[in-house]
Amino acid sequence: MPSVPGNSPSGHTVKLGQTRSLTLDCGAELGPFTVAYQTYGALNADKTNVILACHALTGDQFLLGPHPVTGRPGWWKTMVGPGKTLDTERFFIICANVLGGCMGTVGPKEKDPATGRPYGLDFPVITIKDMVASQAMLLDSLGIDDLFCVIGGSIGGMQALQWAASYPERVFAAVPIACAARHSAQNIALHEVGRQAIMADPDWRGGGYLAHGTRPVRGLSVARMAAHITYLSEQALHRKFGRALQDRSTVSYGFDADFQVESYLRHQGKSFVERFDANSYLYITRATDYFDLAKEHAGVLANAFAGSKTRFCVISFTSDWLYPTSENREIVRALNGVAANVSFVEINSDKGHDAFLLDEPDMFETLGGFLNGAARHRGLEPA
Amino acid sequence: MNQSEIAPDRVIREDLKLIADMVDAGSRLLDVGCGDGALLELLAREKGVDGRGIEIRQEGVNASVGRGLSVIQGDAETDLADYPDAAFDYVVLSQTLPAVRNPRGVMLELLRIGRRAIVSIPNFGYWRHRIYLLVRGRLPNVGYRPVHWYDNPHIHPCTIKDFVMLCRDLEINIERRIQLDHRGRAARFRGTGRFANFFGEQAVFLLSTNR
Repeated sequence: MPSVPGNSPSGHTVKLGQTRSLTLDCGAELGPFTVAYQTYGALNADKTNVILACHALTGDQFLLGPHPVTGRPGWWKTMVGPGKTLDTERFFIICANVLGGCMGTVGPKEKDPATGRPYGLDFPVITIKDMVASQAMLLDSLGIDDLFCVIGGSIGGMQALQWAASYPERVFAAVPIACAARHSAQNIALHEVGRQAIMADPDWRGGGYLAHGTRPVRGLSVARMAAHITYLSEQALHRKFGRALQDRSTVSYGFDADFQVESYLRHQGKSFVERFDANSYLYITRATDYFDLAKEHAGVLANAFAGSKTRFCVISFTSDWLYPTSENREIVRALNGVAANVSFVEINSDKGHDAFLLDEPDMFETLGGFLNGAARHRGLEPA
Repeated sequence: MNQSEIAPDRVIREDLKLIADMVDAGSRLLDVGCGDGALLELLAREKGVDGRGIEIRQEGVNASVGRGLSVIQGDAETDLADYPDAAFDYVVLSQTLPAVRNPRGVMLELLRIGRRAIVSIPNFGYWRHRIYLLVRGRLPNVGYRPVHWYDNPHIHPCTIKDFVMLCRDLEINIERRIQLDHRGRAARFRGTGRFANFFGEQAVFLLSTNR
């Protein structure tokens, strides 16, 4: 059995697909390829305490932090850690950078072995299913057969669903949070705005900016600003900023960031471009657009889970308009359609889609209860 | 409706125990209107039942899931349609039938998705309720929760006799029935019919169909 390395600030990488390449949904063959991942906590002797945490669009494997580029705390520090809901003293938590990402896993900014230059748009279009297939290969390489739980929010939740559909026998429990079984027209439209912003930036250079020594930071920043609004809610924006002005007592009658909310968004855009690759943004948004779990099961979502023994916990938030409760409930309906073991909670929060990343005591409490119940059935020692 | 917050513990325990007694160990069960999951927890602990719940109130759902139970937020009148036929050995509907808009439809759904149904109802024909209405001229408080008539969720109050006749109309077999006295305990009397409808404050029915 290959040994499982401990924590390291620089992150782990593994070369996968060396003996057999990964056939992507688009038909391309990928391999050998690198996947970067982090682990937290310790694997128990019978390897029954593994949780795979799947990150969202702009997340990465550094869920606990500090982030190697920004130095900031990890994106799921509220959820993961000693004594937290995903307790690192109890569970062995793996988080891998997705295919197409830009934090060490193969993606458009990595070198194409065929040319020796960055892939750019020559990188094959990947899907959520491809991402999950690469994660399954990662587990194989770590000698881990199955997961106690796969969990994620947003696009991470889609990966959790895909895991349960593609590898039901390897998933004891699945927790899709604030997601949907298919990307809605509205969400595809919102992604398209972001992609067009990037591609309209002259520094994008047809996707070949790395070879030209430029970076489409303005386009990527606008994409992030537009997307960031969709992660919040009207109430949250109002509570946080209202119509308050930024460092001034009256409007400027110009196009400066008069309002605090403008200044905030500009800051979000600016800090995002420091750590994220524009082409990765194109590829991962595309993968999400293509996600439609029912489609590969004759258009019937319930078929994706037929005979599943996985224990599901679906979580949505009242103010999430990007992946509203109604879309999460579609997953629950499909699971009920095959009498699967499912829990479903809607958490009351005014923080919008991003609530899954934030301090939401009700989410922690119900999720903690679900995980404890699942652990009992799995025969895991109580915390 | 979560009754257990209001009801004295002793009363609800008896009610749940009677339902639990009807359930075979290790079976699959859906509790419709499971409140905070007290019955599901009892059945999982005592009988190793593979239980699921539907509850309309979000606080009840969150509390149940937080206790490790498999419960979804949902409405008995619309969400039972999602389940396949004979998905469960038992489907339980406890004290909820008078509160649904379409009791006939719900009864048929219970016995479509469950091989058996266990239904408990408060009896509006209980002698104290009859006398209360006769003497005081006001509607009695039926069920656990003491509420004003305008706050009462019971939009389809029924008596034991009404329920038995509905079962007959729907060709539903009553395999077992237990009347409960005013303390919520199984009544000593064995009688059915008029006697039960007069002296039973509540009743629990184990139901099946020939379909």
